[in-house]
Amino acid sequence: MTTTSIFADKEPGLRARLEPARRITFAAAALVIFLVGLLLAFITWNGIQLFTVTGVPLPQILSPTWQPDPGSGATSFGLLPFILGTLGVMFVAAIMATPLSVGLALFMAEVAPGWARRVTRPAMEVFVGIPSVVYGWLGITTLVPFLGGPLKGLGFTLGQSWFAGSLVLSLMILPTITSVAYDAFLTVPLEMRSASLALGTTRWQTIRHVLLPAAGAGLATAVVLGMMRAAGEALAVQMVIGNRITIPTSLTQPMITLTSEITLDMGNTVAGEPWNQALWTMGLVLLVVSFTFVLIVRRLARQTVPA
Amino acid sequence: MIIVSTKRVGALALAAALFAGACGGSGATTAPSGASSTGASAGASTSAGAGATCVTGSITASGSTALQPLVDAAAKQYQTACAGSTVSVQGGGSGTGLTQVLQGAVQIGNSDVTSDSKLKPEEASQLVDHVVARQGWVMVVNTGVTGVTSLTTQQATDIWTGKTTNWKDVGGPDLPIVLILRPASSGTGATFKKIVLGGQNEAAGTALTEDSNGAVTTAIGTTAGSTSVIGFAYYQANKAKVTALGLDGIQGSVDNLKNGSYKLQAFGHMYSKGAPDGLAKAFLDYMLSDSIQNTLIPSLFYAPAQ
Repeated sequence: MTTTSIFADKEPGLRARLEPARRITFAAAALVIFLVGLLLAFITWNGIQLFTVTGVPLPQILSPTWQPDPGSGATSFGLLPFILGTLGVMFVAAIMATPLSVGLALFMAEVAPGWARRVTRPAMEVFVGIPSVVYGWLGITTLVPFLGGPLKGLGFTLGQSWFAGSLVLSLMILPTITSVAYDAFLTVPLEMRSASLALGTTRWQTIRHVLLPAAGAGLATAVVLGMMRAAGEALAVQMVIGNRITIPTSLTQPMITLTSEITLDMGNTVAGEPWNQALWTMGLVLLVVSFTFVLIVRRLARQTVPA
Repeated sequence: MIIVSTKRVGALALAAALFAGACGGSGATTAPSGASSTGASAGASTSAGAGATCVTGSITASGSTALQPLVDAAAKQYQTACAGSTVSVQGGGSGTGLTQVLQGAVQIGNSDVTSDSKLKPEEASQLVDHVVARQGWVMVVNTGVTGVTSLTTQQATDIWTGKTTNWKDVGGPDLPIVLILRPASSGTGATFKKIVLGGQNEAAGTALTEDSNGAVTTAIGTTAGSTSVIGFAYYQANKAKVTALGLDGIQGSVDNLKNGSYKLQAFGHMYSKGAPDGLAKAFLDYMLSDSIQNTLIPSLFYAPAQ
């Protein structure tokens, strides 16, 4: 609004000419918000059917027992193994990816000569563009046999494991964390670097005591965004974690996540049966997880501003 | 073997197409369900007649991935025989097929399981079942598991419920059993549970789960001591990588499917909402014709419905 009025002052008639464009962009924005709202309502509506229609008590989803098949007696819709699996695979992936990503971002922002920066940035973008099934495929054909073969001694009875899932995920979220962290480093004012260096510090000391604290909130945002991506990833993870419905006690064990159970059962259940409703509930839980992260990101972003 | 029979089928379909074309030219009507019978059987130099009744239009069948290769191949033949007809075949799983046909999103829903096992009674009663084939599954093991050629139902149950955990207990090498399950909701999982396990739950807490025949085959090929269940066609395509086990001493083969002695089998269902009409009816009839039942079906390692 304000920009259009500025232009309008400078050139008579411009405001009128910009009006259709303004309307189009406004409509686009409204449409997106509407779609998001619709999506939320749809998933929430379907996600609560398990409780409202089938009458499963809410606390049951925190039970570890997943027994959705009505043909086997008493059903139980415990989602705990899936929820813990999703959180577990995500946190370990973030722990593995963060040091590498932040290091890479620092290198790109502070250390790399111009040509290296010109190579690393596009390389990161290519990284982002690799379809997740390719990661999964690499995981199942190279990583899993390697873990289950030469590294068997570490406790991997099978290659499919929590560790394999987190490793594949960490590769996938590496570019996300790196590029957001890179931007965070770039927003640190040059004056702060200059002031620090003028005091006679080494480059490392500047990085350690000036850059990292100044970019801290941005880095945290980067990690949280990476974790969000990790929580939602289904295919690549499903291919390497073994999909064992249990709460793993070690990184070497198979496990399961919300997304992989949804993809495993989605096509085989029919709309309206409790089994299918429980899958929607899993989707709702995922949505809640990702919303939590959005809130965290926004909280962090607000703290970044003072520079 | 497969190639030869496919060629034969192709030639047959081509012949049918020629006849259909000739017939179509000679005054086919466009009445709602006014099918122009091709009478292609007249042209059969083989014993199998291609009984395709051509109706123009477009339908979609979705659902069971186990049934998909068959329906897909039949659709291709039908379309070759009947210009102007489009039969799209999609996967998605048995549940998807049943849901979509019930909602009217597709005209035919393919399923490995009966509609009443998945849908509510009042929904299931709206669907009409067309049994088009019998499909078989086979237990497979990693090629390192030697000395075991067949399991009894009891042995298989003990393995799949986690009671037996080493191959040496069933006559094999001293090697831990790595169980790879199919999703409990899948047609494969449900059939195996019903027929072999007698309804008992699989040992989901100690096994792995893979959802596709391809992923299972890869996993069995590379994991020592592993075992799982895959569809006949997928076993035939991966004979070199995995070893098949018989059930109660009977090997899984098309002949044993046909004569019923091999019990790990289930009907392939194609559901329509209400009685089918138009192209859906013509295609469902075609699925039961000689050229599909006696030529295409065995060539793809299914058995005829009857």
